[in-house]
Amino acid sequence: MAGDNNDGLPVRTGFLGWLNKRLPVDAFMRDQLTGYYAPKNFNIWYFFGSLALLILVMQLVTGIFLTMHYKVGELTAFDSVEYIMREVPYGWLLRYLHSTGASAFFIVVYLHMFRAMLYGSYKAPRELLWLFGMVIYLALMAEAFMGYVLPWGNMSFWGAQVIVNLFGTVPVIGPGLVEWIRGDYGIADATLNRFFSLHVVAVPLVLLLLVALHLVALRQTGSNNPDGVEIKANKGADGKPIDGIPFHPYYTVKDIVGVGVFLTLFCIVVFFMPTFGGIFLEQPNFEVANPMSTPLHIAPVWYFTPFYAILRAVPDQQLGALAMALSLVCFLLLPWLDRSPVKSTRYRGWMWKSALTLFVIAFIGLGYLGLKPPSDLYTLLARVFSVVYFAFFVLMPIYTKLDPVKPVPTRVTYDHG
Amino acid sequence: MSDHNGAALHGSPGQTDAVDQSRRGFLTFATTATGVLGAAFAAVPFIASWSPSERARALGAPVEVDISKIEPGQMVTLTWRKQAIYVVHRTPDMVSKLPGHDGQLKDPASKASDQPAYATNATRTVRDDLLVVIGNCTHLGCLPKARFEQGQPELGADWPGGFFCPCHGSKFDLAGRVFNGSPASVNLRIPPYSFSNDSTLVIGLDGAAQGAA
Amino acid sequence: MVDSLMHRNLLGRTAGRIVLAVASLALGAALLVSPAARAAEEGGHGEEHAVHWQGWKAGNVVSDKASLQRGATNFMNYCVGCHSLKYMRYERMAKDLDISTEQLRKNLIPTGAKPTDYILSTFPKAEGEVWFGRSPPDLSLITRSKGSDYVYQFLKTFYVDETKPTKSNNLALDGAAMPAVLSDLEGVKRAVFPAGGGVDAHGAKALERFEQVSPGALTPEQFDGFVRDTVNYLSYVGEPTQVEREGLGIWIVLFLLVFTWFAWLLKLEYWKEVH
Repeated sequence: MAGDNNDGLPVRTGFLGWLNKRLPVDAFMRDQLTGYYAPKNFNIWYFFGSLALLILVMQLVTGIFLTMHYKVGELTAFDSVEYIMREVPYGWLLRYLHSTGASAFFIVVYLHMFRAMLYGSYKAPRELLWLFGMVIYLALMAEAFMGYVLPWGNMSFWGAQVIVNLFGTVPVIGPGLVEWIRGDYGIADATLNRFFSLHVVAVPLVLLLLVALHLVALRQTGSNNPDGVEIKANKGADGKPIDGIPFHPYYTVKDIVGVGVFLTLFCIVVFFMPTFGGIFLEQPNFEVANPMSTPLHIAPVWYFTPFYAILRAVPDQQLGALAMALSLVCFLLLPWLDRSPVKSTRYRGWMWKSALTLFVIAFIGLGYLGLKPPSDLYTLLARVFSVVYFAFFVLMPIYTKLDPVKPVPTRVTYDHG
Repeated sequence: MSDHNGAALHGSPGQTDAVDQSRRGFLTFATTATGVLGAAFAAVPFIASWSPSERARALGAPVEVDISKIEPGQMVTLTWRKQAIYVVHRTPDMVSKLPGHDGQLKDPASKASDQPAYATNATRTVRDDLLVVIGNCTHLGCLPKARFEQGQPELGADWPGGFFCPCHGSKFDLAGRVFNGSPASVNLRIPPYSFSNDSTLVIGLDGAAQGAA
Repeated sequence: MVDSLMHRNLLGRTAGRIVLAVASLALGAALLVSPAARAAEEGGHGEEHAVHWQGWKAGNVVSDKASLQRGATNFMNYCVGCHSLKYMRYERMAKDLDISTEQLRKNLIPTGAKPTDYILSTFPKAEGEVWFGRSPPDLSLITRSKGSDYVYQFLKTFYVDETKPTKSNNLALDGAAMPAVLSDLEGVKRAVFPAGGGVDAHGAKALERFEQVSPGALTPEQFDGFVRDTVNYLSYVGEPTQVEREGLGIWIVLFLLVFTWFAWLLKLEYWKEVH
């Protein structure tokens, strides 16, 4: 679309004319915003992609400013975080924005992923879009984990201890691998320093690249929609999709509303409940890292707990770690496991609807159990939920094939006005 | 945004609402203005976070100097707020010679220079015998050397004694006043200071607060 | 001046609670109650001889500067001998709590310390290890890592125990190394355990009641106020910016609501033409 194609571009003179000869500003606007047609039937689930982008920017900016005051090192890290909280002008705000932003990022990303599952957005031709998204999610987990270590509180330390030790379950090379990751015989200054470097430089760069690829892939296939209808299949005389509307101004003004609602809720948390009752910032992390004292109850931050619960549910160290790894890999395979001819849940049958409902219950249930100390009942529940979790993926080729689907309309449903 | 008002939309051939341009214009303005205002507010904490922290301010608290140990003609240096402070115990001879070279100075009366009101006088001091200046050169911040002996060959036969900056060659007299021909254009700055008693100089605390101290 | 400030803070907190209530509804998150709202619901507890001391709430209000001033004095009289607040400066405390420089110098700063110094105990670390088996912990973040209620419960559940080297023990922290330093105020209490011993629902030693062995300088109500002020002060020290944070938050949330409302009207305006 780019290049010398001048269709629909305004005739510019003066500075804008000069600029557009050298930089395709108008062409970019036309191709990506005003001329990019999105389905007109997006619902509330379609806010979370743009919100994720917003949070990414917020995390980058607050992170850059926190890096100006934070002092990496096992003797200085914890004190420097308290220095930020108490002595840097508005340092407390930068820190709470960043720590709340981490949780908000995962809330938004989980909702974004659920949207894709709800409407089959991972199905052909959007497999690669889904894969890029999943790799973003994995990179985000690495980013969040290493960021969590930086304040060097006691949960930071023991969280790092537990997670890094997971790599010890890799056959043969495990023990050597763990030592290599830590750079010492325990979680130490060397570990903290490399996590800092990865958290503030390497992983953010990877994330930005992946987000760019995710967006390019999205522009190539176009957005899916709640009906799972390809709007490109129905074009008007002018070559524009009949069920599409220009992204700008319609979805820009709509997304701004989403941004407003999100920021309002976000700021309520930041200003009135920044620790979120110990879920976003855990109590033991207000004590400095102590290699001689494990917190009474150790759990990862809430966004890792579904996978942590799966790990704990398996009564074998190696198999537990393997199950946890597989629980993530399953998501990557989703486009090929789903054999349904229909994308959207709206036109799928009871089998898929039940399976998806059970999966959501299992996922949330595992997330809750991962936060709780283990008990007999909880372990049993975690096992049941884990079975449901894996059954959702493993049996998917079967039940999506058998599922009695409804006929899909040729046009999207939109009943406003 | 107004470029797209007339955008022909599909799905409703023949149905076009008359767009209320004034309402749309107002709402676009209101949303944009509020958004810009919000962005400006959001920038405040980020900009403010670069200001000296509470710790820096605490470390920048006034410092006390025992001046009874400084011999006449001697200089001590110390730091206050990351700046070099020169404290010179001037001899009566040094003080009496100060007005002698007013003609060679850029700002003999310190009209364009930076000092507290109580040091804006002929000797640039509260007490004639005690010069307190910020050592950092007003040109580009180097530290001038103390060259108190008169008539040094490389500084000229009529050198009355003062400070010489090795970086760019600025020259100052024993009141920190800059000589003609120096790259610096104003006199050495004087920090706020006061005396809590005859032998204690407090740098960073204004003379005005002397009564309270 | 202090009154008007407090009035503003209370107003601020009320508005904050309204915003909170709306938000909680919007989030549908019934289990997520802010510390502020929680503090409001509670209070009025703390009666002596209660069996379920784990239910005692500190109920402190961090915007109450008079309480914080009393708490600061309590800390300087009873705690700083052993415990430091290593992230807190005297000067910052005085500024936040409306304590004048003269008051600060006269009553709160130990001789030799400067207002810009951190609040550090002069108690030698090594001696603490000899006397108590461990050095007394820094209390800057104690209310954040353990919670204000815990500190309140800890300070109110000391009882006499001849078997311990300190001659005292604590229900919240069994075998506490800290002696019952507030017993001259509270008096000496004996803990009456059920005949069979046993543990309560929280896994702590079950308690039947406390028995006052000898009175202290304060009445139980006065002592309760003393502990609450002290906990309130420690809660302030845990996060000195919390009152400012909530005060600022109200304006930001209101501003965002206005922005969202404009954006919503704009969206409706544009989407009128989508059919």
